[in-house]
Amino acid sequence: MKKFDKERALLAVAGPVIALVAAILLTSVVLIASGKNPFEPYRLMLEQAGFSDIQVLIVNQASMYYLAALAVAIGFRMNLFNIGVDGQYRLAAMITAVVGAHVALPSALQIPFLLIIGALTGAFWSGIAGVLKVTRGVSEVVATIMLNSIATSLIGYLTLSDNFGVQVGNNMTTGEMKESGWVPGIDLGPEVGEIYGLVFLAIAMGVVYWIVLNRTRFGFDLRATGASETAAAASGVDAKRMVLTAMLISGAVAGLSGLPLLLGDAHTYSLSFPTGLGFTGITIALLGRNNPVGIAFAALLVAFLDKASPALDYAVPVAYEKEIATIMQGLIVFAVVIAYEAVRQWGLRRQQKRVGAELAAAAATNDSAQKEVAAR
Amino acid sequence: MHALVGENGAGKSTLMKILYGMQKPDEGTITVGGEQVTFAGPADAIARGIGMVHQHFMLADNLTVLENVVLGSEKLHGIGGGARKKILEISERYGLNVRPDALVEDLGVADRQRVEILKVLYRGARTLILDEPTAVLVPQEVDALFDNLRELKSEGLSVIFISHKLGEVLSVADDITVIRRGTTVGTAVPAETTPRQLAELMVGSELPTPETAESTVTDRPVLTVDKLRLEAEGGRAVLDDITFTIHAGEVLGLAGVEGNGQTELIEALIGLKHADSGTISLGEEEITPWPTRRRREHGVGYIPEDRHRHGLLLEAPLWENRILGHVTERPNAKGFWLDPKSAQADTRRIVEEYDVRTPGIDVTAASLSGGNQQKLIVGREMSHQPKFLIAAHPTRGVDVGAQAQIWDQIREARREGLAVLLISADLDELIGLSDTLRVIYNGRLVADADPATITPEELGSAMTGAASGHLEHHESGEDQAR
Repeated sequence: MKKFDKERALLAVAGPVIALVAAILLTSVVLIASGKNPFEPYRLMLEQAGFSDIQVLIVNQASMYYLAALAVAIGFRMNLFNIGVDGQYRLAAMITAVVGAHVALPSALQIPFLLIIGALTGAFWSGIAGVLKVTRGVSEVVATIMLNSIATSLIGYLTLSDNFGVQVGNNMTTGEMKESGWVPGIDLGPEVGEIYGLVFLAIAMGVVYWIVLNRTRFGFDLRATGASETAAAASGVDAKRMVLTAMLISGAVAGLSGLPLLLGDAHTYSLSFPTGLGFTGITIALLGRNNPVGIAFAALLVAFLDKASPALDYAVPVAYEKEIATIMQGLIVFAVVIAYEAVRQWGLRRQQKRVGAELAAAAATNDSAQKEVAAR
Repeated sequence: MHALVGENGAGKSTLMKILYGMQKPDEGTITVGGEQVTFAGPADAIARGIGMVHQHFMLADNLTVLENVVLGSEKLHGIGGGARKKILEISERYGLNVRPDALVEDLGVADRQRVEILKVLYRGARTLILDEPTAVLVPQEVDALFDNLRELKSEGLSVIFISHKLGEVLSVADDITVIRRGTTVGTAVPAETTPRQLAELMVGSELPTPETAESTVTDRPVLTVDKLRLEAEGGRAVLDDITFTIHAGEVLGLAGVEGNGQTELIEALIGLKHADSGTISLGEEEITPWPTRRRREHGVGYIPEDRHRHGLLLEAPLWENRILGHVTERPNAKGFWLDPKSAQADTRRIVEEYDVRTPGIDVTAASLSGGNQQKLIVGREMSHQPKFLIAAHPTRGVDVGAQAQIWDQIREARREGLAVLLISADLDELIGLSDTLRVIYNGRLVADADPATITPEELGSAMTGAASGHLEHHESGEDQAR
C-alpha cells in the first residue's frame, strides 16, 4: 500500500512548510509592530541570494551547519540531547589547528590525519558526557552544557602565548598551519570566491548518515532506542553501550564541523573563529527533522539568513536591522517544535482512522468469510 | 451501582470520556438528573456532579494527601484548616480512612485509590465513574473497595464502574450494561445471570475454551532455572529460590496476583535484569551471564506483557516492527547490513499467515488494534523457531477470534517441541493451556498444581498466599478464594 508512504512523505513536508510560513508571518508582525514595511526585507534578502559571491558564502557556511546539525541529529535519533556540539566543535578546531601547525606530512596523509584528529577530539569531549551518563546517570544535557564552558576556558588556556598561542597583530592565533594540510577549494574567480573543498565531506557525511541509520543493524538499534527505550532494551539493545556510542559518533561529527573553514580558508584557530555553530545546528536538525535531505535544506536556509541579512543594514533608501534574520531564526525554532508535534499527532490519528475505515470496508465486503473464521 | 462491561476496545473508556466531558459525542444526548446537558470539558462535568477516578492515578507523588485533594479546587474550602476538616469529614462519612498529611509517595495502591475517590467527592460529585478500579488491587483490597462503594451507594450517590472481571461485576453491581464494538448489546440483572452468560454477551459468540488435547511433554529439559534470586535496590529479594524446569513440548503456567515477581522473573529470563544468585540454563548451556540479544539469538522468544512498552515501536511501520528483537537474524539482516526487502516480504507472510488485519505493511503499528498488534508479535516470535517462549498475558486485550488463534499457535508450537512459560491473569487460560502449574507469591514459587483437576477457585486461594505446597483438588471444594 504505497499511499501510506506517500501520505507520510506529505506529512513530513507539511510540518516544515507550516513552520516556515508561520515564522515568516510572525516576523512580519514584528516588523509591523516596529513600524517597518513587513515585506520589503524579504525582497532585499532574496535579491542578495541572486549574487554569486553571496551564494558561495551560503554554500560554505551551510557545509559547516550541515555537519553540526548531523551531529545533533545523531543524538536526537535516540533521544540524546547533545547541546555540547558547540564546545566539541571549537575544541576540535583548535586542537586540529595546533596539530596542523606542528606536524607536516605529505598532503595525502596530512589531510586525513587532521580530519581524524578533529573527529577524535570531538568524540573525546562528547565521550566525557557519555561516560558520565552511563556510569553516574548524569543528564547529558547538563554535562554537555558544562563541557561547553570548560572548552571555552581550555581553549583560552591553550592559546596563551606560553602554550600554543601565536600573537598576530591584535589577534591571538594558533599559528599558521602547514600548507600540506590545506584543502584546496573550487575557485570561482576573485570576484566570487572559493567553495571549500570540504563541502564534499559534508555531503558524504550526509550519505553515510542515511546509510548507517537506515541500512545497518547498528542504525536500526539506534533508531529503536530513540523510538522506545523499553522496547529496544527488550529487543536486545544494550542501552548503555548505545548511549556511549551515539555520544561518541555525535562528538566525532561535531569535531569535523569546523574543518571546512579551518582547512579551507582560515588555516589557523583564532579569536575570530565563529562560535555558536553547535546551537545553530540544533535549530537546523530540528527544522530538517533529523533527515539528511531535510537538514541540507535547513542548513542552506539558515546560511541564507545569515549571509543575506548583513546587506539589510546598508539597504537604500530605507535600511533595516539585520537582526531581523536572528528574530526569524528564533521564531523558526518555536514554530518548528509546535508545528511538528501537531502534525505528528494529527497524522497518527488520521492514519488510525483510515486503517480502521479500510478494515471496516474490507470486513463489509467479505463479511461471511470472516464470520466463519471467527466461529472456527 | 451500575457496571459497564465489555472487552478491551469495546468502547467502554470512550463512553466514560464522553460522560466526563473529555470527548464530544457526534450524536445523542446525555441527561443528568432529568436535564439534558452538553459538556465542553471535565470542568462542566464536575459542575454537574460527575467525577472520574482514572485507571492510572493522577496524583502528585511528592505532595501530601491534603495538597493533592485541594490542588485545582483551592476555592472550595481553602487550602488550610477548612480543607482538612472537610477531608476528614468525607473520609469519616464514607469510611475511606484517609490521612490528610501523609505523603502520597508513601501510600500503597489501594490508599492512593481512596485518595482519588476522596478527591472526586471533595469536588461535590454525586455520580462517580471508576475506570477498572480493581485491575491494580489484590483480592482483599478489592473487597475493601467494594465496601467503600456500598457506603457511597447507601448515602445516595451513584457509581458507574467499568470492569471486565465478571465475577466482581456480578457480586457488586445492581445493574449491568454490556457493550461490544461501540454499541450496547445487552443489559443484565446480576441475580439472574451467570459469568458465562455475561461473557458470551460480551464477546458475542460461544466462548472458545483453551483446552489442550493430548500431552506433548518430553523429558528433554529446555529451560532450567535453579535457585534464582533477584534483589531490589537495598537488598530486598523480589525473587527468591525460584527453581523450575520446562521440558520440550511443555507449557508451564505461572499463576499469581500481579506484582508478585512475575515481571522480574520475565526480566531475569530475557536478560534485562541479571540474577544476584542462581543459574538459568537453556538446553545444556548456562545463559545466566548472557545479554538479552544473545539469548534471543539462541532461541528465546518473548511475548511481552506490555506490548506497547516492550514489544513494538508504535510509530514505526509494521515491517520495522517485524525486525525488532531479531535485527541480527535472517531475513532481517545479512551480516552487518539490514535487508529491508526480505524483512518486508517476510512481514507480508506473517500478516497473511497470522491473519493480521491491516491494509498494508507500511502503516504504523499504532494504527492497528490491540489484537492485531499481538498477532504480529506472536507471528514475529514464532518465525524464528524459538526453543523457549516467554508468553506473558498473550491474549490480554485481544478479541475472542484472535485469542483462539493465539492459543492454537501456542499449542501447535508446543507439539513441535517448544517450551513455554505462560504467565496470565486469566485462570481459565492458565488451566486450559498449561501442562504444569506453579503459583508465585511474594517472589517465591509457593505451590504447584495439576491443571487437569484444579479449579480456578483453588488456584486463587494459593495466589493470595492462603495455600501452599501441592494443591490437591477436593471434591467437597473448600472455596477459599471466594
